[in-house]
Amino acid sequence: MRISDIFNLKKINRSQTSGIILLILSALVLFFLNVPDGSYATFKLSRPNDALPLKDLVLSGGPFNTVASMILAFIGVRQFLKGGGRWIALSLGFGFLITIAAFLVWATADKSLNLTGMLQATVVRAVPIALGALAGLLSERVAVINIAIEGMLLAGAFTGALAGSLFGGWGGMISAIIIGGSFGFILATLVITFRMDQIIAGVVINLLVLGLTSYVSSQVFSEYRNLNNAPVFRAIKIPVLSDIPIIGPVIFSQNIFVYGALILVAITTYYLFYTRNGLRARAVGEHPKAADTLGINVIRTRYFHVVLAGAVAGFGGAWFTLGSVGRFDEGMTGGRGFIGLAAMIFGRWHPVGALSAALVFGFADSLQQKLALLNTPIPSEFLAMAPYLATIVVVAGIIGHARPPGAIGKPYQKE
Amino acid sequence: MDIELKGITKRFGSVIANDQINLQIKAGEVLGLLGENGAGKSTLMNILSGLYAPDEGKLLIDGIEVNFRGPGDSISAGIGMVHQHFMLVPIFSVAENVILGVEPVKTADYLDLSKARTLVNKISSEYGLSVPPDAIIEDLPVGIQQKVEIIKVLFREANVIIFDEPTAVLTPSEVEDFFSIVRALKASGKAIVFITHKLHEIKEIADRVTVLRHGRITGEGNPKRLTKEKLAEMMVGRQVAFTVNKIKSKIGQPVLKLKNIELHTKDNERVLKNINFSIKAGEIVGIAGIQGNGQTELIEVITGLRKNYTGEMFLGELDITRANARQRHVAGMAHIPEDRHKFGMVENFSITENIIINNYYEKRLSDFITINWIKARSAAALLCEEFDVRTPSVDLNGKSLSGGNQQKMVVARELGRKPKIVIAAQPTRGVDVGSIEYIHSRLVQSRDDGNGVLLISSELDEIISLSDRILVMYDGSIVAEFDNTDAKPKRNQIGLAMAGSTEEIYNEH
Ligand SMILES: Nc1ncnc2c1ncn2[C@@H]1O[C@H](COP(=O)(O)OP(=O)(O)OP(=O)(O)O)[C@@H](O)[C@H]1O
Ligand SMILES: [Mg+2]
Repeated sequence: MRISDIFNLKKINRSQTSGIILLILSALVLFFLNVPDGSYATFKLSRPNDALPLKDLVLSGGPFNTVASMILAFIGVRQFLKGGGRWIALSLGFGFLITIAAFLVWATADKSLNLTGMLQATVVRAVPIALGALAGLLSERVAVINIAIEGMLLAGAFTGALAGSLFGGWGGMISAIIIGGSFGFILATLVITFRMDQIIAGVVINLLVLGLTSYVSSQVFSEYRNLNNAPVFRAIKIPVLSDIPIIGPVIFSQNIFVYGALILVAITTYYLFYTRNGLRARAVGEHPKAADTLGINVIRTRYFHVVLAGAVAGFGGAWFTLGSVGRFDEGMTGGRGFIGLAAMIFGRWHPVGALSAALVFGFADSLQQKLALLNTPIPSEFLAMAPYLATIVVVAGIIGHARPPGAIGKPYQKE
Repeated sequence: MDIELKGITKRFGSVIANDQINLQIKAGEVLGLLGENGAGKSTLMNILSGLYAPDEGKLLIDGIEVNFRGPGDSISAGIGMVHQHFMLVPIFSVAENVILGVEPVKTADYLDLSKARTLVNKISSEYGLSVPPDAIIEDLPVGIQQKVEIIKVLFREANVIIFDEPTAVLTPSEVEDFFSIVRALKASGKAIVFITHKLHEIKEIADRVTVLRHGRITGEGNPKRLTKEKLAEMMVGRQVAFTVNKIKSKIGQPVLKLKNIELHTKDNERVLKNINFSIKAGEIVGIAGIQGNGQTELIEVITGLRKNYTGEMFLGELDITRANARQRHVAGMAHIPEDRHKFGMVENFSITENIIINNYYEKRLSDFITINWIKARSAAALLCEEFDVRTPSVDLNGKSLSGGNQQKMVVARELGRKPKIVIAAQPTRGVDVGSIEYIHSRLVQSRDDGNGVLLISSELDEIISLSDRILVMYDGSIVAEFDNTDAKPKRNQIGLAMAGSTEEIYNEH
């Protein structure tokens, strides 16, 4: 009762806060993103040799942003005065979309931007984040905090490059998965068997992998270039589907990592929420003792899922090298594992939610890239901060409190 | 199915929880298991359910020796246990909890939840349990949660069902329901083990009783033939007084005064309606009432856990209406909370830490800015000694104490400070007869020392035997007041008031 009282209080405040945020956005669009009349923004929707070409989308900047600002002001006021609980997320989401549209129109005024290309890049950049998030939730669903995802991604990237150079693309990918799984096993041993603090164990693995891979890449790869020269998986066009405008290039002509991530999200969702073993895994994460009294082996379940999480992260790591540049650079994962963790929380420990969150971060990432090309007055260093800012805003501001698995972080001891 | 335990011994470090136990459990019979707190009842049953492995001894099922490697083996052997603290996943639905571990599946490991629902409905109608299969556990009251536990056991087709203190958390009418379920189970040929601290329950439902003390069997027999006094003596090894000895006390000035207290929930429901009463020095005021009529909220308002009430409150002359929990506590209020795990203790803190948790800042326990652990430990040891908290060391985690000893630890902390007013909510829940006697005597002593005591309990017997004055709460208001010193009110008068009938009250005044 008391706790729900507090929540209720928060709801009232949050609804009003969201109203204020929307009003600020409205003012931002009106004063900072104003486009002179007669300026047009051109958005390209298809590429020159597409099967079904679409016409360019041309918007008149001035009127578009004025209307955008008015809509924002309207929903902001409405939200402030009465918006109820379920409207908060909806209005904020809609408000952010409009703001981003207005921002794009402003940035593209008198220029042109390939929208489809940007969406395609969004999906590509979401892949490591989504796979990191998936790895995070597989282990957190059995109550093991996995800070080590960053390290596992990095290990996957490194192994992908090394083994890929030696045995080819598939060999590289499989090795990356195995190495990721091995780090999962190390984490599992530390925190499940030896009951080491889970955060510290994760940090240790991250530092270990960072140190090892940096050392090898600076000492060995610089000498033997051919060890760091792996083949890259090419895009596979799916017949017919890849010819659909916009959706075709964005989803159906990508490489194996993108398809892999999408399929893994689907499989994990099915596994966790519709199967017997998924139910048992979640029970172990929520109330291990109850699971134990019903004959479910808590320790084994935890081991299995943490190793699985490592394997998924290893696969995600291979994307950096085998799915992208074919070459390993020191610390090339650049915090994607941590953003993946944020995506997991943002997505409330649900694979589909995590994927959606990863797409938001991927969009911020690709937006930053495009804007650097468009020559906006915003310094590129600030643009590079965009994904992280998006992380903070999204996790702290919009989600508020999401509920992690009940036993998270706690080792299980029988007697 | 019959079970025989032979020479079972179980040690936890230096504690011998079970010492050479021999026990027989027979089909179609209810075996009552009695014993003081920490006697080893839960441990013994956890061995039977495969959760703990015995250090010595044998388990025989229908004469054949078995060896359980884990709870799974015990379940497949046909043994089911409803644990003292429920083993339900709070965010799962009833059906999901019931099938967990023995899930019906289709191809590709797909959970067959519709089959699960049908089976749950079938079992609940068979035994009159009526539980909605899609409800989420955390939204259900404990009475229903217990029924889910029973369905869980029946779903696994258990022939032997162990109930570890099932009635401790139930209201009297839920206890009646529970007993009829037990009778139905017994009639269908199942063997039942029933653990409780309430002797009248043993006399009502058990066919045979076994008493444990310090991990050993100290008595066995037919509960219908044994008197309550005899049973209590087997449990604690001495005679126990069931009536509280109280001399007339000197009534002084009011120590706690509530004026026009009102409380609304977030849904604007009025849960406390114009509460007015005062407790004087030297008096125990009992609040009787069926659970859920505002008692919990009243306690939270008085102890400062809830802030959004209206009205006024005084501790002696001091206005504490806006004081927070710590200020009230410093001013001389003690609180024995209703739910000891949530509000009374930190399970992973040592006993010492648990005992100093509300006064570690006092000079006698601290040096400048650090806690003086030597003094803290000896203060804790002294209180444990005085209040009979049984533990080999005050450095052990609070969690390692048996349920009743945890309660005594909380009581020791709260009463050890010589408070002016004691708010005691369900102070003897889950506590054995010997400890009940002791806690009661301490509450009476606190009153005799010229302090006030507010006692909230769902046990009418406890209220009647301890209180000088009885208030009855119904639907958020105080609906009746009885003097309990000279002219004792009749039980049924109080009972009627608890059920919300107001006629009797007008007769009374
Ligand atoms: N996991 C454990 N670790 C250490 N000691 C334990 C553990 N479980 C129980 N004990 C100790 O074993 C003894 C028996 O405890 P048990 O829980 O079986 O008592 P009980 O008869 O069920 O008591 P209650 O009526 O209070 O529930 C107690 O002294 C207790 O402190
Ligand atoms: Mg017990």
